[in-house]
Amino acid sequence: MTSTVPRLRDRLLRLAELATTPLVPSDYLDILNPLRAGADLRGRIEEIRPETRDAVTLVIRPGRGWRPHTPGQYVRIGVDVDGVRQWRAYSLTSPADRADGRITVTVKAIPDGVVSNHLVRRARPGTVIQLDQATGDFVLPAERPEKVLFITAGSGITPVMGMLRSALGDQRDLGDIVLLHSAPTSQDVIFAGELRALRGRITLIELHTDTDGMLDVADLGKLVPDFAERETWACGPTGLLDALQAHYTERDLTLRTERFRPTVLVTGDGGTVTFANSNTVVSTDGTGPLLDAGEAAGVLMPSGCRMGICFGCVVPLREGAVRDLRNGALTTAAPGDGVRIQTCVTAAAGDCTIEL
Amino acid sequence: MTALTATSRGPVEHLSAEDIELLGKELDAIRQQILDSRGERDAAYIRKVIDAQRKLELTSRGILLFSLFPPAWLVGTAGLGIAKILENMEIGHNIMHGQWDWMRDPKIHSTTWEWDNASPSAQWKHSHNELHHTYTNVIGKDNDLGYGIMRVDEDQKWHPIYLGQPLWNFVNACIFEYGIAAYDLELGKNLHKRRRKNPEFQARLKQALKKIRGQMTKDYVIHPLLSGPSALTTLTANLTANLIRNLWTHSVIMCGHFPEGVQTFSKKSIDGESRGEWYLRQMLGSANISGGPLMHLMTGNLSYQIEHHLFPDLPSNRYQEIAPKVQELFERYGLTYVSGSLPKQVASAWGKVIRLSLPNDLLDKLGKLTKAVKPA
Ligand code: FES
Repeated sequence: MTSTVPRLRDRLLRLAELATTPLVPSDYLDILNPLRAGADLRGRIEEIRPETRDAVTLVIRPGRGWRPHTPGQYVRIGVDVDGVRQWRAYSLTSPADRADGRITVTVKAIPDGVVSNHLVRRARPGTVIQLDQATGDFVLPAERPEKVLFITAGSGITPVMGMLRSALGDQRDLGDIVLLHSAPTSQDVIFAGELRALRGRITLIELHTDTDGMLDVADLGKLVPDFAERETWACGPTGLLDALQAHYTERDLTLRTERFRPTVLVTGDGGTVTFANSNTVVSTDGTGPLLDAGEAAGVLMPSGCRMGICFGCVVPLREGAVRDLRNGALTTAAPGDGVRIQTCVTAAAGDCTIEL
Repeated sequence: MTALTATSRGPVEHLSAEDIELLGKELDAIRQQILDSRGERDAAYIRKVIDAQRKLELTSRGILLFSLFPPAWLVGTAGLGIAKILENMEIGHNIMHGQWDWMRDPKIHSTTWEWDNASPSAQWKHSHNELHHTYTNVIGKDNDLGYGIMRVDEDQKWHPIYLGQPLWNFVNACIFEYGIAAYDLELGKNLHKRRRKNPEFQARLKQALKKIRGQMTKDYVIHPLLSGPSALTTLTANLTANLIRNLWTHSVIMCGHFPEGVQTFSKKSIDGESRGEWYLRQMLGSANISGGPLMHLMTGNLSYQIEHHLFPDLPSNRYQEIAPKVQELFERYGLTYVSGSLPKQVASAWGKVIRLSLPNDLLDKLGKLTKAVKPA
């Protein structure tokens, strides 16, 4: 008895597949409801709330397949900007168990940030975006430490806000928490109202760097005298995190950090090309196509016309930067971006990893 | 018309090597303009076409569940035929060309798209994108020219077997999707005893048969069965829709490279060809179909065959915009932009098929004969 229902469902699914080939049933169902159970994970932006002059919070209704996150984790979001799908990671700022099932991320526009500027200034409610499941280990342990220090700067507050909101939702005592947060001015502090309202339950130290100057890690002992006794989480610009890391390593202390897009791409000419699945590494000067470089190194490269018209040579660029030899256009990729390139008309413009 | 060779340069005699390089640069600039402005509007376009096509297909198949009623049969069949044409031409053909790869949407990508046609996408991309688009109109290299079964140029030696070519061209038109599958498999060459056992060919054959089985099961078994009492009429409806699609696509494709005025090239003429010369060959080897927006949509913008051959990877919705610029280049470089209405081009292409089924001088001789019989 018990197995009849699944078997029937399998049969129906098989029938639907036969009826829709060469597409799959979900190609049609997606037209009706892109957020349904069983669909690729997507979300719909339902609200966009301004936070500061250059930051907004996106309230997203995730698809049915969404698995609740742990506060502090991030989610990768695929947004179409000028028609091109771009993937970026943003920390979740919502508590794990919002009653309405929605999630939030908070985005600050960074100079030249293709995605962040789009989300802050141009995105509209109703837009469907691509999602990955939440991930990341920048989280509080199950056993909550007694004394905690959060060091954040700018949008680095976002994962910490997720943690604080969750802890508040628990109705439990927050414990002994110090939050040391830097922002250019008082108006630039994201979640300022909410954070300041927490005073009394947490110790909030705001640094307004336009007037106070940047946080100097040497001053940490002055600002937070007992920092060495606190379990510490830090999130902010690379420079700050590097300085903090050095400071903590010297003192043999543990620091947990969250960094997004850590690799700085070198986009000069040429670079080391790694063919990941063939265990082959070649260095190129960036004047000839990747196709030639790979073939010369004995990699089995797919190819066709070798002049950029047939798309028979398209392969995934896992990471790195390449330049189109026809017009100099630059393409960059980070893992998970799903960027594919034509090897016959592109050259390395920095170190690259190709999935071949 | 005879093939252009390295020595007889016919319609390009007046162009120097520098002219041709300059022409190439001008075309590169046109391409760049589109790349620079490619964006949201284009992405919205292809998504809208895909969305509309799927809704049309679903609705038509839904209507065909009641195909026992003649009006339902008529509407459903027409809708399904149109849906299949849209899928094959404006959507499938163009996506497989990589026209939409820049969107980085894995669902609308040349590496993932499988089209509603007997030929597996992978095989089509090889024979079409790679062979046909690289070796456009080069006799002996571009199988699209007569699909290896027809005489397409005066320079090809006549053989009595070609007397039948109007007939097979018609048969091929009716079953065009299988014709394409067969020719993507290079059946003519591969059915030889020696090559038949070739494991690589065997694998491709298996792949094609699997695709064909899937296609046939869908159209001729599953959907008729789902129609219950309308099973038989749904079967005929699906057959008809596929026939409509086959005849239409065959006609459009014939118009692309067959009408009078389109050049063919000898193998030798493309030795060491430069980018500019390649462009030039595309210009001389293709022909457009004139018409309105509906014509362009239903031909998958292959009505802009010339523009498509110059820039096979530009989004199809933009060909219309660059056509005047391309046409201006033709004029400035003293070349002929072959274009005509669908009926005119179809008639012209058929005229050529029929003419070339006979020996070159036969018509002349007949003419002389009639003159001799009836002296003025
Ligand atoms: S080999 Fe044809 S596009 Fe690269």
